[in-house]
Amino acid sequence: MATLTNRAKPVSRKPMNWVERIYLWNILKGMLITLGHIFKKKATINYPEQKRPFSPVFRGLHILNRDEEGRERCTACGLCAVACPAEAITMEAAERLPSEEHLYREEKYAARYEINMLRCIFCGLCEEACPKDAIYLSETFAPADFSRRSFIYGKPDLLIPDPKTEPEKFQEAKGLVDQRKKSKA
Amino acid sequence: MPEEKKLFKVTIDNITVEVEPGTTILNAARKIGGEVAPPAMCYYSKLQGSGGKCRTCLVEVAAGSTADPRPMPKLVASCRTNVMDGMVVKNITSEKVLDARAGVVEFLLINHPLDCPICDQAGECHLQDLSYEHGKEGTRYDFKRRTFEKHTLGPYIQLHMTRCILCYRCVFTADQLTEKRVHGVLDRGDHAEIATYIEKSLDNDFIGNVIDVCPVGALTDKTFRFKNRVWFTKPVDAHRNCSKCCGRTQLWLRGDEVLRVTARKDEWGEIQNTPEGKTGWICNECRFEKKHLSDWTIEGPSLINRHSVIAQGHYVGVQKPREVFSKLMHGQKPKLLMDIHTVSEVNKPNIDLSALPGPATSEVFDSKE
Repeated sequence: MATLTNRAKPVSRKPMNWVERIYLWNILKGMLITLGHIFKKKATINYPEQKRPFSPVFRGLHILNRDEEGRERCTACGLCAVACPAEAITMEAAERLPSEEHLYREEKYAARYEINMLRCIFCGLCEEACPKDAIYLSETFAPADFSRRSFIYGKPDLLIPDPKTEPEKFQEAKGLVDQRKKSKA
Repeated sequence: MPEEKKLFKVTIDNITVEVEPGTTILNAARKIGGEVAPPAMCYYSKLQGSGGKCRTCLVEVAAGSTADPRPMPKLVASCRTNVMDGMVVKNITSEKVLDARAGVVEFLLINHPLDCPICDQAGECHLQDLSYEHGKEGTRYDFKRRTFEKHTLGPYIQLHMTRCILCYRCVFTADQLTEKRVHGVLDRGDHAEIATYIEKSLDNDFIGNVIDVCPVGALTDKTFRFKNRVWFTKPVDAHRNCSKCCGRTQLWLRGDEVLRVTARKDEWGEIQNTPEGKTGWICNECRFEKKHLSDWTIEGPSLINRHSVIAQGHYVGVQKPREVFSKLMHGQKPKLLMDIHTVSEVNKPNIDLSALPGPATSEVFDSKE
């Protein structure tokens, strides 16, 4: 039968000689590799204490952004949801009341905004689709959990801290975003 | 003999078509269909006297007629220019036309706000399509855009004058469909605006049709305002026995909720004709007050162009996998690990958006919790 490639080697059916039969030489060869690793740099880190730097293109947990005045940027245009290949994003829009102008940037806002992290594949298409700079993928993981219900992320889970009331937390969250943006540019 | 009426031969983008004398170039091109038909923002074939305002349908006439084959010196508005025998028209094959059209789009967008994420018309907006297909990326306009306060025309219609491109379609609709028109274009030039005289509400049975003829989001349905994006709703054709109108409509559903009712549109975005050949205008009662599925007889899903954003996520010909679980488990039903409504805040079954007369506000969402 003709071979598909010219790299095929016939299996050697030759009986093993004495040195090969006691396997000692092969064991020694293997041990040499194993012991050699003792003197090499460790590939692992002690995770919770030490953290590896993220790649600049890392796509983690979503955050909903606010503007400088602390108003929510999302206007529930639905472009992230229509761009989402996993159909993980759902939302419901509401009209801003005159008394809520300090809370929401535009006359329409997302009264409800949910991402099903069980469905999300962290592709970042929502971030790309967003015309209002409202959704970003940050450099954090979605924490593991035993129940499914904790993976439905609502607006309280996703919104970035308000820069007016919680400036430190906002800077912290914002710093990660800015780093990413900087390294992108 | 009447049957031997002489037909005019017109060549549009190297495609020859025979049309009756008196046809406009635009309608001749629409007879060919497809990309050859110039876009139109103000012309509406169902409205007499419409057209000639937006200049998006400009075409080049390379030869006037067989008798006088000289080209026309300037680009002409195809919706207002009648064909001649042996006329040669260039639409998308002409560089001049494409360039002029890009310029027209830029002019139309000078004062048009970029609030498509908020606008309810997004997804079925003719100006969006036009600027996407014929416009240039970016704007060269640095000055302040014209802005207006938003008005409510009557209980059902929302007017965003900022988005208006002054196509006059709604004025013609009100003129020709209703006996008494109370809204029109006031002022001139840059100050021109659609308005009602002394904020008079428009209470006429057919005034809701101005929403359908509006090519942009200037006139929108207040009962649908911010309820959902069009591409998340499911359009179905439906009808009911209506004493005032033809009753042939399109429902935009979310689950079993009728979020919006519109007239059916044809391929040019204009209201379809009924089988009797009349324009299928629908009355306000059908449009705004019949928001229950039980009011309607559903004919089936509407045909939506595959390239439209409205067709997104509407899966056709889905073959669901055969459920073998209960058969294998001797009739036992699979145990549901999570009912999404117990966790999710979105699409709560107890909030019926279609029952609201206007847009939902924080009060709606907070009170039902």
